[in-house]
Amino acid sequence: MTHPSHRRRVDYELIEELIPPGSHVLDLGCGDGQLLEELVSKKHVVGRGVEINETRVLDCVERGLAVYHGDILEGLELFGPGTFETVILSQTLQQTLDPRKVIKEMLRVGRRGIISFPNFGHWSMRLQLGFLGRMPRTRLLPYDWYDTPNVRQLTVRDFREFAAGEGVKILKEIFLTARGARMTPVFENLRTSLAIFHVERAG
Amino acid sequence: MSIDNIDLESRGPSVGLVETRFFTFATTPADALPLECGQKLSPVTLAYETYGTLSPEKDNAVLVVHALTGDAHVAGRHKPDDRKPGWWELMIGPDKPIDTNKYFVICSNCLGGCKGSTGPSSTNPATGKPYGLAFPVVTMGDMVQAQARLVEHLGIARLLSVIGGSMGGMQVLDWALRYPDRVASLIPIASTARLSAQGIAFDEVGRQAIMKDPNWNRGDYYAGQPPHAGLAIARMIAHITYLSQQSMREKFGRRLQGRAGYGYDFEVEFEVESYLRHQGDAFIKRFDANTYLYISKAVDYYDAAAAWGDGSLVQAFARLRPETRALVISFTSDWLFLTAQSKEIVKALQANAVHATFVEIPSDYGHDAFLLPNDQQENAIRSFLAATLRQVQTGGWHGPAQTGHEEKPGWHGGDVCRHENEAGKP
Repeated sequence: MTHPSHRRRVDYELIEELIPPGSHVLDLGCGDGQLLEELVSKKHVVGRGVEINETRVLDCVERGLAVYHGDILEGLELFGPGTFETVILSQTLQQTLDPRKVIKEMLRVGRRGIISFPNFGHWSMRLQLGFLGRMPRTRLLPYDWYDTPNVRQLTVRDFREFAAGEGVKILKEIFLTARGARMTPVFENLRTSLAIFHVERAG
Repeated sequence: MSIDNIDLESRGPSVGLVETRFFTFATTPADALPLECGQKLSPVTLAYETYGTLSPEKDNAVLVVHALTGDAHVAGRHKPDDRKPGWWELMIGPDKPIDTNKYFVICSNCLGGCKGSTGPSSTNPATGKPYGLAFPVVTMGDMVQAQARLVEHLGIARLLSVIGGSMGGMQVLDWALRYPDRVASLIPIASTARLSAQGIAFDEVGRQAIMKDPNWNRGDYYAGQPPHAGLAIARMIAHITYLSQQSMREKFGRRLQGRAGYGYDFEVEFEVESYLRHQGDAFIKRFDANTYLYISKAVDYYDAAAAWGDGSLVQAFARLRPETRALVISFTSDWLFLTAQSKEIVKALQANAVHATFVEIPSDYGHDAFLLPNDQQENAIRSFLAATLRQVQTGGWHGPAQTGHEEKPGWHGGDVCRHENEAGKP
């Protein structure tokens, strides 16, 4: 996967705010381990990561983190039900082949999930596709159609409908501009570049 | 690239001149080493080498465990003009991944070996002659118990890390399982908690080659001709399993050795034939056939799940302390000790909340990859050891317990989560 994980991702700080101190956290697609390391040092969490790229796994080893080198679903299999308070999936959902299974598994091994993804409903995307007639490219999604790792493209509305249908309860929604500024939820499916959903199993 | 032509100069400085030392214990019947097979062994000598300096706190000791045909001489040279240094020279030395400026490194020849430790070629005190088949069958666990006596003798209560590849990795696992309070971290490389049927099959062919050699004489050959033909064939077979399709294709292809065309006879024709014969010939000069039988048998017998977890590896690793750290490494082209087998270890460690990292390193060199230069392996080991030392020195490890093993909680103190395996153990 080629997401820009060497850059500090704009959603990290907001994700950190949702993590209870001292809790157990699993970061799926943890990249070079920057977020996990910050959570360990600032929030004293017990952290685990799953990452498919071996170079990034080695970056994580350098940070002293415990990371499993492998596919996200395979990594999730390692853990028993309720092992973690929070399972993080930062800007990775759109790259998984079976997002439904990933979310189901997340909420099996964790009580809560934090899922962030780039919103394909953003107005600039709609304009590029609707008026220019080409697949959109943006700051967060700088790929061409032939090299994009984003195989499951979704919008804020898509996720809400999906959650309702899958028994996933949304606890909190946070919307960000491409530069990471928080925005008020007005026409968010048109305006937000990056959405963060804090979720748990319904019922 | 193969083990015979590593450019060691570029990998950094050497520990320099070293010597093999010998530790003899179990000298009285009362102190004899009890073996898994039920017999006792007395006396027992282990050949070992150490490099670096043990810290005043004795918290920087790293035990290196060798593979099937390795020995205690893991780094440096015995004499300035030795053609080859120790077998893991690229990994151990000043500023190398296992940095002898920081760590006190120990390596011993395993029990049953033929490089200075007590084994079938050693003198049987009862007869004054070499043991031969009178030597008791030893196991990985017996080898680890013997090493533990050496580590005690060196005054070390807890090892910073135990590291080894292949068979060495099996002993790494056994160390952690047998002495959970005495191992702060483990690094099993290209290894498994139990050998596959395919692995056992190759070992058996090797043993048959030795035992069908008329010179073997039921292990009693020390006064005459050793079973060199059989031992060489055993080595040739094993050597094939250490390489990969790709490395053999690249190294040899179908090239002929010093000739333009086929000779239509049974002389050495292909380069790969010549190479394997050379491997066999070199091996018989340095290895004892009976030791090969004994050690390969010990590899076949090893089953960490059966020994420590009633058949469940998850249950076995429940013995480990939660602050134990693990780095598990496999190689993509290794078809003898598969990535899937390393993953099985990681899965069981994670189920017990052990701080475990797993990485599968890309390599075309097959099982031998762990002995060859590989920046990724070297960096992983270097940074993992450094992080472990930091943890131990900042009190992340609560010191060796004096009163055996205490009940250990898993994730969340064992209350919130129920591991699948706890509920549904086989």
